[in-house]
Amino acid sequence: MLNPDLMIKNGAFPSAKIGSLSIETRDDIALASVTARLGGDCALTDYLGFSLPSVGEYRQGQTFGAFWTGPDQWFIEAPYSSHADLATAVKTVLGDAASVTEQSDGWVRFVLDGPHLLQLMERLCALDLAKMASGSASRCQMEHIGCFVLRQGGSDHISVLCPRSSAQSLYHALISGAHNLDAIMRSQ
Amino acid sequence: MTGVNRLTGGLIDRSATVTFRFDGRDFQGFGGDTLASALLANGVQLMGRSFKYHRPRGPLSAGSEEPNALVTLHQGAKTDPNTRATTAELFDGLCATSQNRWPSLSFDMMGITDLLSPVLTAGFYYKTFMWPKAFWEKLYEPVIRRAAGLGQLSGLPDPDHYDKGFLHCDLLVIGAGPAGLAAALTAGRAGARVILADEDFLLGGRLNAETHDLLGWQRDTIAELASLPNLRLMSRTTVVGAFDHGIFGALERVSDHLANPDPDLPRQTLWRIYAKRSLLCAGATERPIAFQNNDRPGVMLAGAMRAYVNRWAAAPARQVVIFTNNDDGHRTARDLLAKGVGVAALIDTRPQTPPHPDYRVLAGGLVTNTSGRLGLRSVTVRLSDGSSQRIDCAALGVSGGWNPNVQLTCHQRGRPQWDDRLAAFVPGRNLPQGMRVAGAANGVFSTAGALQTGAMGAVAALDDLGITAKPAPLPQAEDAPVSIRAFWHVAGKGRAWLDFQNDVTVKDVTQAHRENFRAIEHLKRYTTLGMATDQGKTSNLGGLAVMAELTGKSIPETGTTIFRPPYSPVPIAAFAGKSVGKEFRPYRLTPSHDWAAQQGATFVEVGMWLRAQWFARQGETDWRQSVDREVRMTRQSVGICDVSTLGKIDVQGRDAAEFLNRIYANGFAKLPVGRVRYGLMLREDGMVMDDGTTARLAPDHFITTTTTANAVTVFRHMEFCRQCLWPDLDVQLMSITENWAQFSVAGPNARALLEQIIDPAHDISNAAFPFMACGDVTVCGGLRARLFRISFSGELAYEIAVPARFGDGFIRALVAAGQAFDAVVYGTEALGVMRIEKGHPAGNELNGTTSALNLGMGAMVSKTKDSIGAILSQRDGMTGDGTLTLVGLRPVDGGARILAGSHLIAAGAKAVAQNDDGYLTSVAYSPTLGHDIALGFLRNGAQRMGETVQAVNPLKNHSTHVQVVAPCFFDPEGGRMRA
Repeated sequence: MLNPDLMIKNGAFPSAKIGSLSIETRDDIALASVTARLGGDCALTDYLGFSLPSVGEYRQGQTFGAFWTGPDQWFIEAPYSSHADLATAVKTVLGDAASVTEQSDGWVRFVLDGPHLLQLMERLCALDLAKMASGSASRCQMEHIGCFVLRQGGSDHISVLCPRSSAQSLYHALISGAHNLDAIMRSQ
Repeated sequence: MTGVNRLTGGLIDRSATVTFRFDGRDFQGFGGDTLASALLANGVQLMGRSFKYHRPRGPLSAGSEEPNALVTLHQGAKTDPNTRATTAELFDGLCATSQNRWPSLSFDMMGITDLLSPVLTAGFYYKTFMWPKAFWEKLYEPVIRRAAGLGQLSGLPDPDHYDKGFLHCDLLVIGAGPAGLAAALTAGRAGARVILADEDFLLGGRLNAETHDLLGWQRDTIAELASLPNLRLMSRTTVVGAFDHGIFGALERVSDHLANPDPDLPRQTLWRIYAKRSLLCAGATERPIAFQNNDRPGVMLAGAMRAYVNRWAAAPARQVVIFTNNDDGHRTARDLLAKGVGVAALIDTRPQTPPHPDYRVLAGGLVTNTSGRLGLRSVTVRLSDGSSQRIDCAALGVSGGWNPNVQLTCHQRGRPQWDDRLAAFVPGRNLPQGMRVAGAANGVFSTAGALQTGAMGAVAALDDLGITAKPAPLPQAEDAPVSIRAFWHVAGKGRAWLDFQNDVTVKDVTQAHRENFRAIEHLKRYTTLGMATDQGKTSNLGGLAVMAELTGKSIPETGTTIFRPPYSPVPIAAFAGKSVGKEFRPYRLTPSHDWAAQQGATFVEVGMWLRAQWFARQGETDWRQSVDREVRMTRQSVGICDVSTLGKIDVQGRDAAEFLNRIYANGFAKLPVGRVRYGLMLREDGMVMDDGTTARLAPDHFITTTTTANAVTVFRHMEFCRQCLWPDLDVQLMSITENWAQFSVAGPNARALLEQIIDPAHDISNAAFPFMACGDVTVCGGLRARLFRISFSGELAYEIAVPARFGDGFIRALVAAGQAFDAVVYGTEALGVMRIEKGHPAGNELNGTTSALNLGMGAMVSKTKDSIGAILSQRDGMTGDGTLTLVGLRPVDGGARILAGSHLIAAGAKAVAQNDDGYLTSVAYSPTLGHDIALGFLRNGAQRMGETVQAVNPLKNHSTHVQVVAPCFFDPEGGRMRA
C-alpha cells in the first residue's frame, strides 16, 4: 500500500527569485468553502476565534484564516497538517446552517514577496492593489484565469489562489511578468 | 555639427551623436532627434511615396498626425512598416527604409500611376472592375494591392514581446503640454492619484516647439511632478481610446527608442486605465490649405516648421515661404528668421494684413502652384492685384488654422460643435463619462489660456470627487487672441491635395458631389477621405469644407464625421500582449498530466483542457493500432482513464433535490442516498443542453457531473436558475471540479483491481455496491476518496475520485495495481469508441439542435413534474411524424468504410438534398465488432430498424450502404456493467 503522504506530486512549482521578487507555492494550507443556507446562521466565531469577514475582507487568527468570496459565502483556511479534512470539521460545527465543500486541492497558492508587487500585479490583473489594504481579499481574472488575491501581512506580500488545472499557465505569466518587471526596473 | 540644415539651439543633446541609416545611406543626428528631424537637418526632404499615385512626399507635420513620411524601421523579423518618421525616436544604429516605391525612392517606376491620375479618380475601382465578377478576387485586387499601398510585413514571427496592464487613478490627464502640466501640478499637489500621459518622449507639448520664457517653469514643473509619489508620469504613452465608464486605452512605447533593449523588456505595453475623472489636454493639430501640387516634399505645416527649428534645430530648408490665413503663420516667419532661416515671403490670404519690417508680406495673395520633382523648388503666387509671380524656395510652411484634438471626446459618440470664431470644431457637450477638456483641445489656443484652463479643469474634476485643490500658481505667458479668416482651398485646375495619405484631392470631392455622394459619411467612403491610418487628422475638415462650398451649406449644416479608437495606430501585437503562441490562452492540465506525458501520450484539446488522446506503445505506428488495443484490453480485462475534466458541481441545501428536479428533465426527488442517476438537462427551448450523472451523497447533498466542454455553461445556467428563477429555494452550488482527481476504472477486472486499492473496510462487491451505487471510501491506507459505480464504456466500471494533489500518485498506484490484470490506460479516443459501441450520446449528438426525442430519450422528459424545457420540448415540429431519431448504422458489407459527416439517403433514392433523411454524428471502427459503426439521426429512425439506407459523403465522393440498427451495438442488455 502506498502511503498517502508520498503521493503529493501535483501543484508544486519551482520557487523563483527574479530581481527583488520571490514566487513560491504553498500546499500546506487546507481550504473549505462555507455557504450559509437560506436563513442559516454561520456561527463560526468560537471555532475560528474571530467572526467571519465581511465583503472584501480577509481575516486571520491563531489557527484559521477566512476570506469573503460572495454573498453569505467564505473560504476557511487552516494548516493542512492538522486539518487535512477541514471541510468535514467545519461541517460538523455548522450542521444544517451551511453547505460546506472541500477546496484544499482545487487551488494552487502562489505566494509573492517583494517591494515591487504593485508593479507586477498591475501587469496581471485589473485589481487596484494600492487600495487593497492588508486584510483584504478579492476575486479577479489574471491572464483569463479566475483567481483569488489575498493581502495579508505587509504591503510587499500577497497570495494568489489559482485553480489547480490552470496553475501552469499562471505560473508562466507570473514568471514572465517578473522578468519583464525586473528589466523595467533595471532600465529606470 | 551634423547636417547641412542643422541650426543652433534646440532641445537636442548635442553630446550624443547618433548614426543611423536611411535607404542604405548613413547619416548622423543627435539624441532627442526624430527620424524626420534628423533627415531634415541632413537636407533630406524626400521620405516616402504616396499611397495611390506614388507621388514623392516629405514630412507634412512634426507629430503623430503625419500622413506622408511613413517609413519601415528595422529589418528581418523586426521589420516595422508604416512608422511615422515624425515620431520615430532616433537611436544609434536605427535602420529605416522608404516604402511603396520601386526600385528606389527617387526613381519609382510606379510613379506612372501619377500620369494616369485623370482616370484614377474617386470611384474608379468601383466603376471599372465590375466584370467579369470572378476576376476581382483573383486578378484585380491583387494587382491593385501591389500597385498601391504601404509598407510590407516581413511575414516572419514577431521576435519582440508585448505586455498589457491595468492602472487606476482619480484623474487622468491626457497630454503634457501647458494645460496638462498645469492640471497635473494642481491635482498632484492636492494629493490626488494622477496619471499624466503624453505620446511624446519629451513632456511639454507645444512648449517644446515655441519660443517663450516658460522653459524654467516647464523644467521645474516636470521635476516636481516626477517627485510626487501620487503622480505617475507616462511619456511615450498615447491614450488611444476613451471607453465606457471612464476606462481608457493607452499604448506605452517601452523600448522602441532603445538601440539594444534588454531582451526581457517589453517592446510596448497596452494599458487599460480606470480613471474616475479625465482631463483631455491633447492640444490641436494644424491643417493645411489645398492648392495645386501642395504635396511636394518641402511643403509642410507652418507650426511643424516652427517645431523643427525651435525644438530640433533642423531647418526644413535655408529659404522658405509661408502661406497662411491666420496670425499663427506669422509666428512661424518670426521664429524662422530668428533662427537664421531666410523667409522669402509670407503670403496671407487676408487682404488687410499689414506689412512686417522683417519679411515680405503679400496680403490677399494665394499660392496657386508649386514646382520641383523630388523637392520644392519654387511656388507660384497670385497677388491681390491678379498678377502672378514665382518665388524660389525649398520649403513652404502652410497654415490653414488649428483643429482642436477632439478625437477622444468622440469615442463615446460625442459630436463636436462648430466654432465660427476659431473656424474649427470644438468638443461638444456630450463627452465621455467624467471627461473635461482644457487648453487647445477645447479651443483655447493661447499659452496663458491653456495653463489657466488646465489648472481650473483639474480643480473642477477633483471637486467632483470631493478633493479640494488649489490651482497651481501659473507663470505669465503669451495670451494672443485667435485671428483667422477661414480659407480652405485655392480654386484652380490642377490637383490640390486634401488627404495626403490616401491621395484624395479637391477634384475627388467635386466628383463625389457631382455623383451625389454628398452626405459627409458618403463622401468619406466614396473618396476614402480620412480613412487612412492618420484618421484624417489633417484632412477631414478640408474635405468637409470643400463639400460645404459645393452644396452651398455651412460647415455645421454639412456635418462632421466623428472618431473611433484608436487615436493613432496600435500594433495588433500590443492587443495580444503575452497571449501568443502556446500562451494564447490558458490551458488546463489534469492531475495525471505529467504521468501521461511521461508515458508518451498524445494530447488533444478539449475546451481548455489537454486530455490524453491515446497512449502509443512501442511498435505502434498508427493511432488506430493504439486505440484498438486500448479498447480490446479494456473489454478483455480492465482499463483506466483520467476523467477529472468532467465538470463536478456540488449541490447542497434543503431544496437541493427539488432544484435538480427542476433543472433536469427526468426526476431526481426520489433518488435514494448512495445512488447515482443519469440526467438530461434541457434548455428553455426544449433542446438538450447537457447530460451527466448526479450522485446523492446525503438527503441534502448531491454531486452533479457535466460534460467537459459544458462545465462552465452548465454551472452558469444553474447559478442563474438558483439566483434569479428560484431564490426561495434553499440550495447552494459550488464547483468542485478542480478539487478532485477522478479516474474511470472499467472492464471485467475493474472490481478486482479496485479491491487492491480500496481499503478492505469497504465492501465493493456487487451486492454491497451495485450498479449506480456511490459512496465515500478510503484508499491506499486511509486516503479519502469517493467511489461511483457508473459506466460509460458498458463494462463493469467505477469512477473513483481522490483529492487532486494525490492524482499523480494515485494514477501510478492504479497502474501498479493493474499490472496483475494486464490493465491498460486509455485515452479519449478509446473512450469515444466504447461509448459509440454502447450508443451513448456525447457532444456530437448533443449539438444544440437535438431534443430528448431525437436522442431516443423522449420518455425521460417527465410529465409528472415541471422542469426547464419540458413544455417547449412538446411544441409543434419537435414531435410527430418525420422526427429525426438517433439510430445505429452498420455497413451492409462488413468490410466497407463509413465516412464521418455522411448524410443518409433512402436506398435507391438520388443523393440530392431533397432526399436527405438525416446525417451521421459519430463514426468509429469497432475493434470489438470488427467493422465500422456509426451513430446518426435518421428521419423516423425508430420505425426503420433493419432498413438499408445509403450513407453518402459527396465531399469525399463516397457512398456506402448501411443497415439501420439500435444505437447500442454492444451488450444491449447491459449484463456486463451490472456484473
